[in-house]
Amino acid sequence: MVNFTTTIFAEGELIYTDGGLLAQYAWLLVLLPFVAALIITFMGKHLPLKGAEVALATIGLIFLYSSALMYSHITSGVVNEFFINVGSIGVFDIEFGWVVDGLSIMMYFVVGTVALLVFIYATNYMEGEIRYTFFFTSLTLFAGSMLVLVSSPTLIQILIGWELVGVCSYLLIGHYWEKKDNSSAAMKAFITNKIADVGLMIGIIILALNTGTLRISEILYQATHEYEKLSTVAFIAAILLFIGAMGKSAQFPLHVWLPDAMAGPTPVSALMHAATMVTAGVYLLARMFPFYKSMAPDALDIVMLFGVITLLAAGLIAVVQDDLKKVLAYSTVSQLGYMVAAIGSGAYTAALFHLWTHAFFKALLFLGAGSVIHAVHSNSMLEMGGLRKVMPKTFATFIIGTVALAGLPPFAGFFSKDEILASFNHEGEITFFFIAVLGAFITAFYMTRAVSLTFLGEYRGHGHPHESHNLMTTPLLALSVFAIASGWVNIPGVYTGFTDWVTTRKNKIVEYHPESFDLFALSSGLLAGLLGIALGYYLYQLQGSAETGDDKIKIQPIWSVLENKYYLDDFYFKYVIDPVKINISRAVDKFNTNVIDRFVNGFGQIASLLGGIVYNNFDQNGIDKLLNMSSSGTDSFGGKVKLLQTGKTQQYLMMFLGGVVTISLLILFII
Amino acid sequence: MIVQPVLVVAAALFSLGIYGILVRRNAVMVLLSIELILNSVNINFIMFDTMLADAMMQGQIFTIFIITIAAAEVGIGLAIVLMLFRNRQTANINEFDLMKW
Repeated sequence: MVNFTTTIFAEGELIYTDGGLLAQYAWLLVLLPFVAALIITFMGKHLPLKGAEVALATIGLIFLYSSALMYSHITSGVVNEFFINVGSIGVFDIEFGWVVDGLSIMMYFVVGTVALLVFIYATNYMEGEIRYTFFFTSLTLFAGSMLVLVSSPTLIQILIGWELVGVCSYLLIGHYWEKKDNSSAAMKAFITNKIADVGLMIGIIILALNTGTLRISEILYQATHEYEKLSTVAFIAAILLFIGAMGKSAQFPLHVWLPDAMAGPTPVSALMHAATMVTAGVYLLARMFPFYKSMAPDALDIVMLFGVITLLAAGLIAVVQDDLKKVLAYSTVSQLGYMVAAIGSGAYTAALFHLWTHAFFKALLFLGAGSVIHAVHSNSMLEMGGLRKVMPKTFATFIIGTVALAGLPPFAGFFSKDEILASFNHEGEITFFFIAVLGAFITAFYMTRAVSLTFLGEYRGHGHPHESHNLMTTPLLALSVFAIASGWVNIPGVYTGFTDWVTTRKNKIVEYHPESFDLFALSSGLLAGLLGIALGYYLYQLQGSAETGDDKIKIQPIWSVLENKYYLDDFYFKYVIDPVKINISRAVDKFNTNVIDRFVNGFGQIASLLGGIVYNNFDQNGIDKLLNMSSSGTDSFGGKVKLLQTGKTQQYLMMFLGGVVTISLLILFII
Repeated sequence: MIVQPVLVVAAALFSLGIYGILVRRNAVMVLLSIELILNSVNINFIMFDTMLADAMMQGQIFTIFIITIAAAEVGIGLAIVLMLFRNRQTANINEFDLMKW
């Protein structure tokens, strides 16, 4: 049963529509990847491209569909949601469905675009690798799970999508599970996320119990209309949801899984860091933003605090990493910190705008890094260098990504980062503002360092690297177009279409959006970026670090603290994992063998004894004997009767005649 | 109308037919005996029709039906016997026990 709900609100001169057929059939977006995954699983190995073509076709369709949705949204604005009721638990209707509004259409488009380019790239990158077909199954499922999550109109579907994304990330991070490191990285990602998921789950339960519904739009309606029952639990629910978001969006101190997730193949990292996983937390916060804004402003302050801590802490670690992918991973954590902090400061559009631009340039950077790694067969930047000559296309696109991330105009990152800084400044969070500017400086610095060590100077590795295949460089070129231009959709004072896209929501958004450039924020951000690049260039290029690959800035003891990631992993091992492992796990194990197993074994023995008695006496001697007797009786009787069937016509006629005579006599004399 | 002699003739014919069916070994003769039985029935029909002076002449119409069906039956029966003879080189009805258990 499809429950057709249309809610339209008008703001300014834009007129919103229900989206028509395009919105009604948006469920295709969600269903297609799952169908494709089934097809790849069962038929993939027999297809000419080993299942990649099914994945590509599916994601291509998704890209086209989401582009069409995006187009119709830009031209006329679409707000609609659809529900399918699948049952109920108590008073709660369990509903699935799909949302088409600014936020989800933006996410569809990001997932569709980035996933399509990553898939194209992966067909070449993964060529000849182990479990190629399974890789595409998981990758398709990964994109599909994210679409389940972002299309969700109910909290229950968000939870399902959330867990599906977690499972798929586990499969993909552990793609090369033969190596212990990789499988433990997968486990780490899964368990860290799981811990955060508990927060999300409890948060959802609290919200559901206090609102009587699982529909997000109704919860947001109650939140914006100051329902008293909800307001009493709003703070705790908001914090719990944020804990969930902290896990998926890798916020300090639950960010530890993300850098280790680099164990997966590079296309996975690109997809995960740009579109399909780490954005989930930011998406959840954005989806619930009216709730946070109107009912839990205190929780928003905490969100902002964690965001700012993350952006600085992760940025600093990125400076000391030698693994190219890990630099990018920490950079992602840091940029997610920007987004979360922006949401915390109330700048909804700014956060999503950064998510949007970041998705493109971070996917570009990861695919670029993958291209380099594919060429030199190493992740370590110490074994790279001088690659600009041999890999010109990768170099050029990587530079575009770097500049976009560092935030120089007119590249994408400049506009989004500037909007976040402007919001901080507007909110009067001057401390956080300067930390964010410092973060921008660090970002520019570590990216310059990475570029210097990778592409400039002389080659320090082995073999002769060469430019990657066209299937890998074409997605890079396409993404670099986005990395340049995706920021132009939201230039204050010039064109602010993006604001209209993402604020098109069923429940009206109250947020800060700068009308024109904040010159103070603009100049601080730009100055920080330029300084970072200049310092990086000075230290690694002019001082010649790129030639030898060693770092000039090894200032003790900061360097070792950063190299050990603030000893956070050690802390977790010593105070969380080991105590659990040594005390609780052992106790549970003992309890299990001594109490539960004994119980279970005892029951098993009793059951088998009883079964034996029943089998021997009742079954064998009772039922079986009866059945055997009846069948053997039928058999022997039939053996005797069949002798009458001689096949001789005249004997039959004789019997027939005898019968007729007998019956005639009976009729004549008896009746 | 003299009923009794005609009934006796029909009964005799019927009994002859039954005897022939049960005793003759030649399949063609068995078919012939069946014809005898049918004809005895025909005689009865005609006789009762005439005796009752039925305006609709149902007895005669039935007789024509029986003759028609008998012709068809003999046609099929002879065809079967012919095929059996071709395959077995005999028309002895006792040899045909394919439908034995």
